[in-house]
Amino acid sequence: MAEIELRQINKTFAKKVNAVKDITFKANDGEFLTLLGPSGCGKSTILRLLAGLEMPDSGEIIIDGKKVNDIPPADRDVAMVFQSYALYPHMTVFDNIAVNLRLRKVKKEEFTRRVLKTSKTLGISDLLDRRPRALSGGQRQRVALARAIIRNPKGFLLDEPLSNLDAALREKTRGELKLLFSQLGATVIYVTHDQIEAMTMSHRIVVLKDGVIQQIGTPHEIYNVPINTFVATFIGSPKMNLIHGKIDDDNIVFTLNKIPLFVLPGKDRLRKYIGNDVIVGIRPEDITVTSRSHDETHNAQIVLCELTGQQTMVTLHIDGLELKVIAPSSFDASEKLVGIKIDPLHIHLFDPLSGQKIY
Amino acid sequence: MILYCIAPFFWQFLTSIKDSKEVFAIPTTYIPREISLKSYYNIFTLRPFVRYIINSTIVASGTTILALIVGSLAGYALARLQLKAKGMIQKSILIVALFPQIVIIIPLYEMVRVLGLTNNPLALIIPYTALNLPFVVWVLTSFFKQIPQDIEDAAKVDGFTRIGILYKIILPLSAPALATTAILVFIFSWNEFLFALTFMTNDLARTVPVGIAMISGAASYMVPWDQISAAIVITTLPLVIVVLFFQKRIVQGLTAGAVKG
Repeated sequence: MAEIELRQINKTFAKKVNAVKDITFKANDGEFLTLLGPSGCGKSTILRLLAGLEMPDSGEIIIDGKKVNDIPPADRDVAMVFQSYALYPHMTVFDNIAVNLRLRKVKKEEFTRRVLKTSKTLGISDLLDRRPRALSGGQRQRVALARAIIRNPKGFLLDEPLSNLDAALREKTRGELKLLFSQLGATVIYVTHDQIEAMTMSHRIVVLKDGVIQQIGTPHEIYNVPINTFVATFIGSPKMNLIHGKIDDDNIVFTLNKIPLFVLPGKDRLRKYIGNDVIVGIRPEDITVTSRSHDETHNAQIVLCELTGQQTMVTLHIDGLELKVIAPSSFDASEKLVGIKIDPLHIHLFDPLSGQKIY
Repeated sequence: MILYCIAPFFWQFLTSIKDSKEVFAIPTTYIPREISLKSYYNIFTLRPFVRYIINSTIVASGTTILALIVGSLAGYALARLQLKAKGMIQKSILIVALFPQIVIIIPLYEMVRVLGLTNNPLALIIPYTALNLPFVVWVLTSFFKQIPQDIEDAAKVDGFTRIGILYKIILPLSAPALATTAILVFIFSWNEFLFALTFMTNDLARTVPVGIAMISGAASYMVPWDQISAAIVITTLPLVIVVLFFQKRIVQGLTAGAVKG
């Protein structure tokens, strides 16, 4: 296992999609690093650059302390699992798993032993004689994983390996993958657009948008200290509420049409924003629905209640503003007008022009 | 429908097992009164028919193999490489296929003569390959394009070389397309008449279709239909065998299960 590092990587394509710009990050030895972003943000491009399937326009790719820009995919000693699994349809499962050891001139007894061991780990020992077309989606995914794991590579590159599984299987496999790779102590670069996968599996997350890194941090940092409005709204479901507002002299934050929201706890850092427009970000779980006519509340109209089982997602309208709030599952939806209370310790403020975090 | 298509061949077959006198009998008899294999015996003894079949087999197999080797390399390049002139190459390949053969036969004959290839199977294999290549390249290019790029990328990461990818991954996956094109090229080369007539002047170098056309009776105006029919039946058999042999591969449908589905 080894460190995988990208330094100032740029790559553009003729069709102007999936380009990446000035990508720099480093996955430490044994780290599970996730590239997260909406489709077309270039996360798969980064993976293909690491695998050697694409050449960067500029920048350095370093695997295990060695610059590998000019080294072909086969000799980079990284294994890749494709979104489509990309099994060889004309070979049996055994051959699919064994093929790269064969190409590396590993002796027959040796690779047979390793195929049997790996397939046992992944629970596919019974399938070795079958061809990929006779396998279910979950089984194919395991074969693709086995093909990668058996190489004992310096790093694993996983391109949305769970996206072709159905919801129940995906959740199960997610946990299994996390366990498997932590047992292997493997350096993993994992690409996904699914924030739950990113949050649950990773040591650190790299959030990408339009080929540019937005933020690198632990799942905890990404969720609690999002660096800009994109990261803030991309992570979390339901999304963070963003409200255009103003701060007045008494550190009270207002909405644009003068509804007071809450009083800021610390004043000094935001002195230069007093009187200015800001974007207020509040996560749905940091708003409490209260009964009407409490001191610190505002009249809000309930538009929609969605019970998910463990909680209720409530959509509120306050004077033309829409807010998403998470309430307990016992929430009584019969009232049409309610009040809300915002926890000022958990709010985020962003600059309205740059979208960057200011508080 | 099938009856309509097969009727002439069937009559051909019936004629071939008639006695030579009965062939010309009036009124025509459809079902032979007595079955005679004499015509079959005759074509092998009176004429170098075995030689024709061997010649045809050499020419047709040679053409098929050569066309598939060259065609698969060209098709793969057109399907996967980023070539600047790709569109132009593909169009010009197609244009080549549009020329009627009669237009090129005279210059071609000159070339064959100058190279001293008259009566050599190569004189047929090379032009047949050239004539079939556009078709082979087009079919294979479009088939290769369907093979998911991910499989090739996976092969690259696994350590296959480019040629390795072509021969170990792409071609096995293209078996259905290869079989279909192989059959059609083989049939074309087996049945081709014009070039074979022109370039093969020696009776012993002739291919089957020309050989059959050259069958004539003892007297100038006598046409030995029974022998011709027998010859046709025999020539059709290898084609049927080839088609059946490749049919199995076509049906297998190997691409299923490559990616999700």
